[in-house]
Amino acid sequence: MFYREAGDFKKTYSADNQTFPIKIDRVGYYLALVVAFLVIPFVINDYWANAILLPFLIYSIAAIGLNILVGYCGQVSLGTGGFMAVGAYACYKLMTSFPDVNIFFHVILSGGITGMVCVLFGLPSLRIKGFYLAVATLAAQFFLVWLFNRVPWFYNNSASGQINAPERMVFGVPVTGPNTEAWATYLFCLVFLVLSAIIARNLTRGMAGRKWMAIRDMDIAAEIIGVNPLKAKISAFAVSGFFVGISGALFFALYLGAVEVGEAFGITKSFLVLFMIIIGGLGSIFGSFAGAAFLVLLPVVLKVVGVDMLGWPTDIVAHLQLVIVGGLIIMFLILEPHGLAQLWRVAKQKLRLWPFPH
Amino acid sequence: MPEQLVFAMEVFANGLMSGVLYALVALGFVLIYKASGIFNFAQGVMALFAAMTLVGIQNGQVPFAHLINAIFGTHVHTFGWNISSAFALILTVGVMILLAWAVQRFVFRHLVGQEPIILFMATIGLAYFLEGFADLMWNSEIKTLTFCLPGEMCLPQGMNLAIDDAAFNAWGVGFFIDNLDITATLVAIVLVIALVAFSQYTKQGRAMRAVADDHQAALSVGISLNFIWVLVWSLAGFVALVAGIMWGAKSGVQFSLSLIALKALPVLMLGGFTSIPGAIVGGLIIGVGEKMFEYCFGIGQCFGGVINLGGATENWFAYVLALVFLVFRPQGLFGEKIIERV
Repeated sequence: MFYREAGDFKKTYSADNQTFPIKIDRVGYYLALVVAFLVIPFVINDYWANAILLPFLIYSIAAIGLNILVGYCGQVSLGTGGFMAVGAYACYKLMTSFPDVNIFFHVILSGGITGMVCVLFGLPSLRIKGFYLAVATLAAQFFLVWLFNRVPWFYNNSASGQINAPERMVFGVPVTGPNTEAWATYLFCLVFLVLSAIIARNLTRGMAGRKWMAIRDMDIAAEIIGVNPLKAKISAFAVSGFFVGISGALFFALYLGAVEVGEAFGITKSFLVLFMIIIGGLGSIFGSFAGAAFLVLLPVVLKVVGVDMLGWPTDIVAHLQLVIVGGLIIMFLILEPHGLAQLWRVAKQKLRLWPFPH
Repeated sequence: MPEQLVFAMEVFANGLMSGVLYALVALGFVLIYKASGIFNFAQGVMALFAAMTLVGIQNGQVPFAHLINAIFGTHVHTFGWNISSAFALILTVGVMILLAWAVQRFVFRHLVGQEPIILFMATIGLAYFLEGFADLMWNSEIKTLTFCLPGEMCLPQGMNLAIDDAAFNAWGVGFFIDNLDITATLVAIVLVIALVAFSQYTKQGRAMRAVADDHQAALSVGISLNFIWVLVWSLAGFVALVAGIMWGAKSGVQFSLSLIALKALPVLMLGGFTSIPGAIVGGLIIGVGEKMFEYCFGIGQCFGGVINLGGATENWFAYVLALVFLVFRPQGLFGEKIIERV
């Protein structure tokens, strides 16, 4: 009844092509932004920030990055954890080498560096396809983690082999280090997430995104109709690496504060982000958010229900979590291969007709 | 003989042995991939699950004991009996066949006709599911596996014996190879011969190869795809069980066992996904390659220690080798040539 495009007249071409063509969607979008920027920072506390909001924001960025590579360009990557580690270590080196520069630029620069590393490991994608490529990206995962463990230059020769985020300010408010406040780190990550999402959305619906999708659907056919596979694949790796690097930098500097590379950026992280985009929906920006929210919330909910309410030992709940995540992934692939995003689309389509279906 | 050379040869021989173990896991992958086009990421976890089930049955553990205790407040742990290895082995094979049937019935029957990459992701989901399930069923403690067949034929325990007992002495110099590794090699050889014989000379084996060749043609001559797929998954389960026993005897039955699946991936890439000899040769190349590389450059024992990367290169060497190799030969050593058409 309310969810209609009727009566919402588009007068320009660009208005016709906007991301949210239906008015109620647009209102919802702005409302969500207002709540995220102006309401949550005032009510947030440490528990919510650390258990739910920060991981959600950071994983969303990583999921957007991986979704561009896997969902839009069809190049399966199992190296996300390694690329996040590149972002984290780049950010650390920049923060300690140039302490006067604002951390905002450090994070963006580390995204750029990760993009370059990602391109390097993406080059074989021109020859290797499908599973072979997925396995080849494992090389990146294991090699990068080993590199950051073994070369002392990366962790400034610290005795523990860990990297620790020094305190850095934005507008006089600390966002990294031990004295941060929940709202500051939250806002910092939120800014990056919103910018990433807007950039990703506009890239994927433009020329670049269409080339990626052509490559994904069939690379030889795409090549014949004039898409340069070299440029398309490499650009997908670069953009994906950029976002993944940013998320890695934020994950290290704002969320964890201290990182031991094998623990924080191991192979499980690669799978986690991959699961996010499968459950959320391959080839959908909204899906990246939905998947990240789902997999961040699931362990928290399970812990609350299993440990706090039912009083089960934590290890049983941890094992149950594996069973549930695995089962859900299979279920999603069987019932809805396009993930939560497709459910959302179907729901919206139904809503358009509701309550008069004819 | 100079000591350096003996050391290097020892490393080489040990590499060959661990290559055999990689090849064992890779075999399971190849079987399923050939017959159904599914790239089964869960193979390693299947090995873990099989080994845990074997140990659990042997020791008379109550399945899901932990969960039952948590829900009902009871304190059950074991049935209090010990079952002989041979009988437990048969029971475990039964469990693996049941698992194969369940996987086929509840997962892959619903995914027929999906893109290969979707199937691959489903097996990742399966791997997670199975891992959690195995931990729930048999709890996640590290278990030691003692495997004895009737007539006191026990599998040697990898690291638990004194090195002299487990070592094989040749040419009067200390030349150490685990007895377990030799056993594993023999078992692998027998297994491969059995598999080849099965697929060449039995009716089911021929049907399996027909399915691998062309699903539709096989269907049209009256081969039941469902049966063949259950068969193939059971076979893969059996191979996983053998691999699980060998690895379990070597380093204990624990979570890290499932990670050998990751090591089997570069083996497959080298050998080609569709070739059984490829899995063996690839396994040997990777096994020897990573041990020699670690010896030469990882801890700097060759060329006067010019290159010393500081160890632990085994973590990534296999993948990088496979990656570099694939750039020059995308289908692997023995894989079928990839022909693409629009």
